[in-house]
Amino acid sequence: MPPAAPRSGDAIFASVERVNAELFTLTYGAIVRQLLTDLEEVEEVNKQLDQMGYNIGIRLIDEFLAKSNVSRCVDFKETAEMIAKVGFKMFLGVTASVMNWDADGTCCSIVLEDNPLVDFVELPDTCQGLYYCNILSGVIRGALEMVAMKTEVTWIRDMLRGDDAYELQVKLLKQVPEEYPYKDDE
Amino acid sequence: MQFFGGSEISPSPPVPTATGNNAHMMYVFNRNGVCLLYREWNRPLHTLNPQQDHKLMFGLLFSLKSLTAKMDPTNAEKGNLGIPQLPGLGCSFHSFRTNTYKLSFMETPSGIKFILVTNPRTGDLRETLKYIYNLYVEYVAKNPLYTPGTLIRCELFNTALDQYVRSIA
Repeated sequence: MPPAAPRSGDAIFASVERVNAELFTLTYGAIVRQLLTDLEEVEEVNKQLDQMGYNIGIRLIDEFLAKSNVSRCVDFKETAEMIAKVGFKMFLGVTASVMNWDADGTCCSIVLEDNPLVDFVELPDTCQGLYYCNILSGVIRGALEMVAMKTEVTWIRDMLRGDDAYELQVKLLKQVPEEYPYKDDE
Repeated sequence: MQFFGGSEISPSPPVPTATGNNAHMMYVFNRNGVCLLYREWNRPLHTLNPQQDHKLMFGLLFSLKSLTAKMDPTNAEKGNLGIPQLPGLGCSFHSFRTNTYKLSFMETPSGIKFILVTNPRTGDLRETLKYIYNLYVEYVAKNPLYTPGTLIRCELFNTALDQYVRSIA
Protein backbone atom coordinates (compact mmCIF):
# COMPACT_ATOMS: atom_id res chain seq x y z
CA MET A 1 0.00 0.00 0.00
CA PRO A 2 1.65 3.29 -1.04
CA PRO A 3 2.08 5.81 1.77
CA ALA A 4 -0.50 8.61 1.85
CA ALA A 5 0.69 11.83 0.23
CA PRO A 6 1.46 14.81 2.48
CA ARG A 7 -1.39 17.28 2.66
CA SER A 8 -0.98 20.90 1.76
CA GLY A 9 -1.26 23.60 4.40
CA ASP A 10 -4.54 24.86 2.97
CA ALA A 11 -6.21 21.49 3.14
CA ILE A 12 -5.23 20.95 6.74
CA PHE A 13 -6.12 24.49 7.74
CA ALA A 14 -9.58 23.92 6.34
CA SER A 15 -10.04 20.69 8.26
CA VAL A 16 -8.76 21.60 11.75
CA GLU A 17 -10.82 23.34 14.39
CA ARG A 18 -10.18 27.06 14.28
CA VAL A 19 -10.53 29.73 16.93
CA ASN A 20 -11.66 33.30 16.42
CA ALA A 21 -8.73 35.39 15.21
CA GLU A 22 -9.51 38.37 17.41
CA LEU A 23 -9.78 36.17 20.46
CA PHE A 24 -6.39 34.69 19.69
CA THR A 25 -4.77 38.08 19.12
CA LEU A 26 -6.29 39.65 22.21
CA THR A 27 -5.39 36.65 24.40
CA TYR A 28 -1.79 36.81 23.23
CA GLY A 29 -1.76 40.54 23.88
CA ALA A 30 -3.07 39.97 27.39
CA ILE A 31 -0.32 37.41 28.03
CA VAL A 32 2.42 39.80 26.92
CA ARG A 33 0.86 42.62 28.92
CA GLN A 34 0.77 40.46 32.05
CA LEU A 35 4.36 39.30 31.54
CA LEU A 36 5.48 42.92 31.30
CA THR A 37 3.69 43.72 34.56
CA ASP A 38 5.11 40.67 36.34
CA LEU A 39 8.66 40.72 35.07
CA GLU A 40 9.14 44.43 34.36
CA GLU A 41 12.42 43.90 32.45
CA VAL A 42 11.94 43.76 28.70
CA GLU A 43 14.80 41.28 28.29
CA GLU A 44 13.21 38.96 30.83
CA VAL A 45 9.93 39.08 28.96
CA ASN A 46 11.71 38.26 25.71
CA LYS A 47 13.33 35.25 27.35
CA GLN A 48 10.10 34.11 28.91
CA LEU A 49 8.23 34.35 25.61
CA ASP A 50 10.94 32.30 23.96
CA GLN A 51 10.71 29.66 26.70
CA MET A 52 6.94 29.51 26.39
CA GLY A 53 7.31 29.13 22.66
CA TYR A 54 9.81 26.33 23.18
CA ASN A 55 7.38 24.44 25.41
CA ILE A 56 4.68 24.85 22.79
CA GLY A 57 7.01 23.81 19.98
CA ILE A 58 8.00 20.47 21.50
CA ARG A 59 4.33 19.43 21.56
CA LEU A 60 3.28 21.20 18.38
CA ILE A 61 5.68 19.17 16.27
CA ASP A 62 3.73 15.96 16.90
CA GLU A 63 0.49 17.59 15.86
CA PHE A 64 2.17 18.96 12.77
CA LEU A 65 3.61 15.58 11.82
CA ALA A 66 0.38 13.72 12.49
CA LYS A 67 -1.87 16.09 10.56
CA SER A 68 0.37 16.90 7.63
CA ASN A 69 1.58 13.34 7.09
CA VAL A 70 5.02 14.40 5.91
CA SER A 71 7.98 12.11 5.92
CA ARG A 72 11.33 13.34 7.06
CA CYS A 73 12.73 16.26 5.08
CA VAL A 74 15.80 15.51 3.01
CA ASP A 75 17.68 18.69 3.87
CA PHE A 76 17.33 21.95 5.72
CA LYS A 77 16.01 23.76 2.65
CA GLU A 78 13.02 21.45 2.55
CA THR A 79 12.55 21.90 6.29
CA ALA A 80 12.41 25.68 5.95
CA GLU A 81 9.90 25.40 3.11
CA MET A 82 7.77 23.06 5.21
CA ILE A 83 7.72 25.49 8.12
CA ALA A 84 6.88 28.46 5.95
CA LYS A 85 4.33 26.89 3.65
CA VAL A 86 2.68 24.14 5.66
CA GLY A 87 3.40 24.97 9.28
CA PHE A 88 2.50 28.64 9.34
CA LYS A 89 -0.54 28.02 7.16
CA MET A 90 -1.77 25.20 9.36
CA PHE A 91 -1.43 26.95 12.68
CA LEU A 92 -1.72 30.65 11.94
CA GLY A 93 -3.52 30.70 8.62
CA VAL A 94 -0.83 32.79 6.93
CA THR A 95 1.80 31.78 4.41
CA ALA A 96 5.38 32.84 4.86
CA SER A 97 8.18 32.84 2.33
CA VAL A 98 11.75 31.65 2.60
CA MET A 99 14.62 33.73 1.30
CA ASN A 100 18.25 34.78 1.82
CA TRP A 101 19.83 31.37 1.81
CA ASP A 102 23.49 31.40 2.68
CA ALA A 103 26.13 29.44 0.80
CA ASP A 104 26.02 26.31 3.00
CA GLY A 105 22.25 26.07 3.04
CA THR A 106 22.21 26.25 6.84
CA CYS A 107 20.81 29.72 7.36
CA CYS A 108 17.73 31.32 5.90
CA SER A 109 15.09 33.95 6.54
CA ILE A 110 11.40 33.31 6.88
CA VAL A 111 9.42 36.40 5.97
CA LEU A 112 5.87 37.03 7.12
CA GLU A 113 3.87 39.73 5.40
CA ASP A 114 0.88 39.19 7.59
CA ASN A 115 1.08 38.34 11.28
CA PRO A 116 -2.12 37.63 13.23
CA LEU A 117 -0.40 38.11 16.59
CA VAL A 118 0.18 41.83 16.09
CA ASP A 119 -3.21 43.09 14.97
CA PHE A 120 -4.15 46.19 16.98
CA VAL A 121 -0.70 46.33 18.63
CA GLU A 122 1.53 49.35 19.10
CA LEU A 123 4.68 49.31 21.18
CA PRO A 124 4.99 52.15 23.70
CA ASP A 125 8.30 53.96 24.24
CA THR A 126 8.99 52.07 27.45
CA CYS A 127 9.03 48.74 25.63
CA GLN A 128 11.23 49.43 22.67
CA GLY A 129 13.47 46.42 23.24
CA LEU A 130 10.56 44.02 23.29
CA TYR A 131 10.28 41.29 20.66
CA TYR A 132 6.52 41.03 20.76
CA CYS A 133 6.33 37.86 18.65
CA ASN A 134 9.20 36.12 20.35
CA ILE A 135 6.95 33.20 21.09
CA LEU A 136 7.21 32.27 17.40
CA SER A 137 10.96 31.96 17.55
CA GLY A 138 10.63 29.66 20.54
CA VAL A 139 8.04 27.52 18.78
CA ILE A 140 10.26 27.00 15.75
CA ARG A 141 13.29 26.25 17.90
CA GLY A 142 11.38 23.75 20.05
CA ALA A 143 9.76 22.00 17.14
CA LEU A 144 13.02 21.62 15.22
CA GLU A 145 14.80 20.32 18.27
CA MET A 146 12.35 17.43 18.42
CA VAL A 147 13.28 16.46 14.88
CA ALA A 148 16.97 16.32 15.72
CA MET A 149 17.99 19.83 14.59
CA LYS A 150 19.53 22.36 16.92
CA THR A 151 18.79 25.82 15.62
CA GLU A 152 19.06 29.43 16.56
CA VAL A 153 16.09 31.65 15.67
CA THR A 154 16.31 35.43 15.84
CA TRP A 155 14.24 38.39 14.65
CA ILE A 156 15.78 40.46 11.89
CA ARG A 157 12.88 42.73 10.98
CA ASP A 158 9.89 43.60 13.11
CA MET A 159 7.02 45.75 11.87
CA LEU A 160 6.29 46.97 15.37
CA ARG A 161 9.69 48.59 15.34
CA GLY A 162 9.14 50.35 12.05
CA ASP A 163 10.34 47.79 9.49
CA ASP A 164 8.23 46.75 6.53
CA ALA A 165 7.80 43.04 7.27
CA TYR A 166 8.47 40.37 9.88
CA GLU A 167 11.65 38.47 9.21
CA LEU A 168 12.92 35.56 11.25
CA GLN A 169 16.39 34.20 10.76
CA VAL A 170 16.63 30.44 11.25
CA LYS A 171 20.14 29.10 11.54
CA LEU A 172 20.89 25.40 11.72
CA LEU A 173 23.58 24.80 14.32
CA LYS A 174 23.79 21.03 14.09
CA GLN A 175 21.89 17.86 13.40
CA VAL A 176 21.75 15.47 16.33
CA PRO A 177 21.46 11.88 15.14
CA GLU A 178 19.84 9.21 17.25
CA GLU A 179 22.11 7.37 19.65
CA TYR A 180 21.55 4.14 21.45
CA PRO A 181 20.55 5.41 24.89
CA TYR A 182 21.45 2.45 27.06
CA LYS A 183 25.11 2.63 27.98
CA ASP A 184 25.55 -0.71 29.71
CA ASP A 185 25.75 -3.89 27.65
CA GLU A 186 23.25 -6.46 28.76
CA MET B 1 -11.99 -10.92 13.50
CA GLN B 2 -10.29 -14.18 14.36
CA PHE B 3 -7.80 -14.42 17.14
CA PHE B 4 -5.18 -17.15 17.66
CA GLY B 5 -4.64 -18.06 21.29
CA GLY B 6 -1.71 -20.09 22.52
CA SER B 7 1.24 -21.22 20.49
CA GLU B 8 -0.10 -24.15 18.53
CA ILE B 9 -1.28 -23.64 14.98
CA SER B 10 -4.39 -25.63 14.34
CA PRO B 11 -6.94 -25.57 11.53
CA SER B 12 -9.83 -25.37 13.98
CA PRO B 13 -11.56 -21.99 14.33
CA PRO B 14 -9.74 -19.68 16.78
CA VAL B 15 -11.24 -18.76 20.13
CA PRO B 16 -12.19 -15.08 20.67
CA THR B 17 -10.73 -13.51 23.81
CA ALA B 18 -12.86 -12.47 26.73
CA THR B 19 -12.36 -8.75 26.09
CA GLY B 20 -12.71 -9.14 22.35
CA ASN B 21 -9.34 -7.47 21.82
CA ASN B 22 -7.36 -8.61 18.86
CA ALA B 23 -4.07 -7.13 19.96
CA HIS B 24 -1.66 -8.63 22.46
CA MET B 25 0.19 -5.57 23.62
CA MET B 26 1.44 -2.14 22.69
CA TYR B 27 4.55 -0.12 23.42
CA VAL B 28 5.27 3.56 22.87
CA PHE B 29 8.87 4.78 23.15
CA ASN B 30 10.40 8.17 22.70
CA ARG B 31 13.73 8.88 21.05
CA ASN B 32 15.66 8.47 24.32
CA GLY B 33 14.44 4.95 24.92
CA VAL B 34 11.99 5.92 27.63
CA CYS B 35 8.96 3.66 27.52
CA LEU B 36 6.09 6.15 27.50
CA LEU B 37 3.35 3.56 27.42
CA TYR B 38 2.97 -0.17 27.76
CA ARG B 39 -0.52 -1.62 27.34
CA GLU B 40 -1.23 -5.29 27.66
CA TRP B 41 -4.47 -6.81 26.55
CA ASN B 42 -3.61 -10.42 26.12
CA ARG B 43 -0.20 -11.77 27.01
CA PRO B 44 -0.17 -15.24 28.52
CA LEU B 45 3.63 -15.54 28.35
CA HIS B 46 5.97 -13.24 30.26
CA THR B 47 9.66 -14.09 30.00
CA LEU B 48 11.37 -10.97 31.37
CA ASN B 49 10.70 -8.39 34.02
CA PRO B 50 9.22 -5.12 32.67
CA GLN B 51 12.47 -3.09 32.53
CA GLN B 52 14.34 -5.77 30.67
CA ASP B 53 11.39 -6.31 28.42
CA HIS B 54 11.25 -2.61 27.46
CA LYS B 55 15.01 -2.41 26.97
CA LEU B 56 14.98 -5.50 24.82
CA MET B 57 12.13 -4.21 22.70
CA PHE B 58 13.73 -0.82 22.19
CA GLY B 59 17.14 -2.31 21.46
CA LEU B 60 15.64 -4.77 19.01
CA LEU B 61 13.87 -2.07 17.05
CA PHE B 62 16.84 0.26 17.12
CA SER B 63 19.05 -2.44 15.67
CA LEU B 64 16.46 -3.60 13.16
CA LYS B 65 16.00 -0.08 11.84
CA SER B 66 19.71 0.36 11.47
CA LEU B 67 20.14 -3.03 9.84
CA THR B 68 17.30 -2.61 7.37
CA ALA B 69 18.61 0.79 6.33
CA LYS B 70 22.14 -0.49 5.81
CA MET B 71 21.05 -3.58 3.89
CA ASP B 72 18.87 -1.59 1.53
CA PRO B 73 19.75 -2.61 -2.03
CA THR B 74 17.99 0.32 -3.65
CA ASN B 75 19.50 3.22 -1.79
CA ALA B 76 22.67 4.63 -3.31
CA GLU B 77 23.93 6.30 -0.19
CA LYS B 78 24.81 3.96 2.64
CA GLY B 79 26.45 4.79 5.92
CA ASN B 80 28.79 2.50 7.81
CA LEU B 81 27.36 0.08 10.27
CA GLY B 82 27.31 1.52 13.75
CA ILE B 83 26.95 5.17 12.80
CA PRO B 84 23.79 6.54 14.37
CA GLN B 85 21.08 7.57 11.93
CA LEU B 86 18.68 10.46 12.00
CA PRO B 87 15.23 9.18 12.90
CA GLY B 88 13.16 8.42 9.83
CA LEU B 89 16.07 8.68 7.41
CA GLY B 90 16.55 6.08 4.73
CA CYS B 91 14.22 3.14 4.49
CA SER B 92 12.16 2.18 7.49
CA PHE B 93 10.90 -1.25 8.35
CA HIS B 94 7.29 -1.53 9.42
CA SER B 95 6.53 -5.06 10.56
CA PHE B 96 7.74 -8.57 11.12
CA ARG B 97 5.72 -11.70 11.49
CA THR B 98 6.35 -14.98 13.28
CA ASN B 99 4.11 -18.02 13.39
CA THR B 100 2.46 -16.81 16.59
CA TYR B 101 2.35 -13.01 16.33
CA LYS B 102 2.91 -10.00 14.14
CA LEU B 103 4.77 -6.94 15.33
CA SER B 104 3.96 -3.65 13.59
CA PHE B 105 6.15 -0.61 14.03
CA MET B 106 5.94 3.05 13.15
CA GLU B 107 8.41 5.80 13.93
CA THR B 108 7.62 9.47 13.57
CA PRO B 109 10.28 12.00 12.56
CA SER B 110 10.07 13.32 16.10
CA GLY B 111 11.36 9.99 17.39
CA ILE B 112 8.14 8.61 18.86
CA LYS B 113 7.94 4.86 18.17
CA PHE B 114 4.68 2.95 18.17
CA ILE B 115 4.79 -0.83 18.42
CA LEU B 116 1.72 -2.99 18.20
CA VAL B 117 1.82 -6.76 18.64
CA THR B 118 -1.16 -8.59 17.21
CA ASN B 119 -2.16 -11.97 15.90
CA PRO B 120 -0.32 -13.12 12.79
CA ARG B 121 -3.35 -12.86 10.51
CA THR B 122 -3.48 -9.07 10.85
CA GLY B 123 -3.03 -7.04 7.66
CA ASP B 124 -1.01 -3.91 7.19
CA LEU B 125 -1.36 -1.79 10.28
CA ARG B 126 0.34 1.38 9.07
CA GLU B 127 -2.91 3.33 8.85
CA THR B 128 -3.89 2.00 12.28
CA LEU B 129 -0.63 3.21 13.77
CA LYS B 130 -1.10 6.59 12.10
CA TYR B 131 -4.51 6.85 13.71
CA ILE B 132 -3.01 5.94 17.07
CA TYR B 133 -0.45 8.72 16.52
CA ASN B 134 -3.36 11.10 16.02
CA LEU B 135 -4.90 9.86 19.25
CA TYR B 136 -1.53 10.44 20.94
CA VAL B 137 -1.48 14.02 19.67
CA GLU B 138 -5.00 14.76 20.82
CA TYR B 139 -4.89 13.17 24.26
CA VAL B 140 -1.23 13.32 25.24
CA ALA B 141 0.67 16.01 23.33
CA LYS B 142 -2.10 18.53 23.85
CA ASN B 143 -2.59 17.59 27.49
CA PRO B 144 -1.19 20.36 29.71
CA LEU B 145 -0.87 17.98 32.64
CA TYR B 146 1.48 15.72 30.73
CA THR B 147 5.24 16.38 30.78
CA PRO B 148 6.85 15.29 27.51
CA GLY B 149 9.35 12.50 27.96
CA THR B 150 7.63 10.89 30.92
CA LEU B 151 5.27 7.98 31.38
CA ILE B 152 1.82 8.57 29.93
CA ARG B 153 -0.82 8.51 32.64
CA CYS B 154 -3.86 9.79 30.76
CA GLU B 155 -6.99 7.80 31.37
CA LEU B 156 -8.72 9.28 28.32
CA PHE B 157 -5.89 8.18 26.08
CA ASN B 158 -5.98 4.66 27.49
CA THR B 159 -9.72 4.42 27.03
CA ALA B 160 -9.66 5.77 23.49
CA LEU B 161 -6.81 3.43 22.63
CA ASP B 162 -8.55 0.37 24.05
CA GLN B 163 -11.71 1.21 22.17
CA TYR B 164 -9.87 1.71 18.91
CA VAL B 165 -7.74 -1.40 19.20
CA ARG B 166 -10.81 -3.48 19.86
CA SER B 167 -12.18 -2.45 16.50
CA ILE B 168 -9.17 -3.27 14.31
CA ALA B 169 -9.36 -6.38 12.20
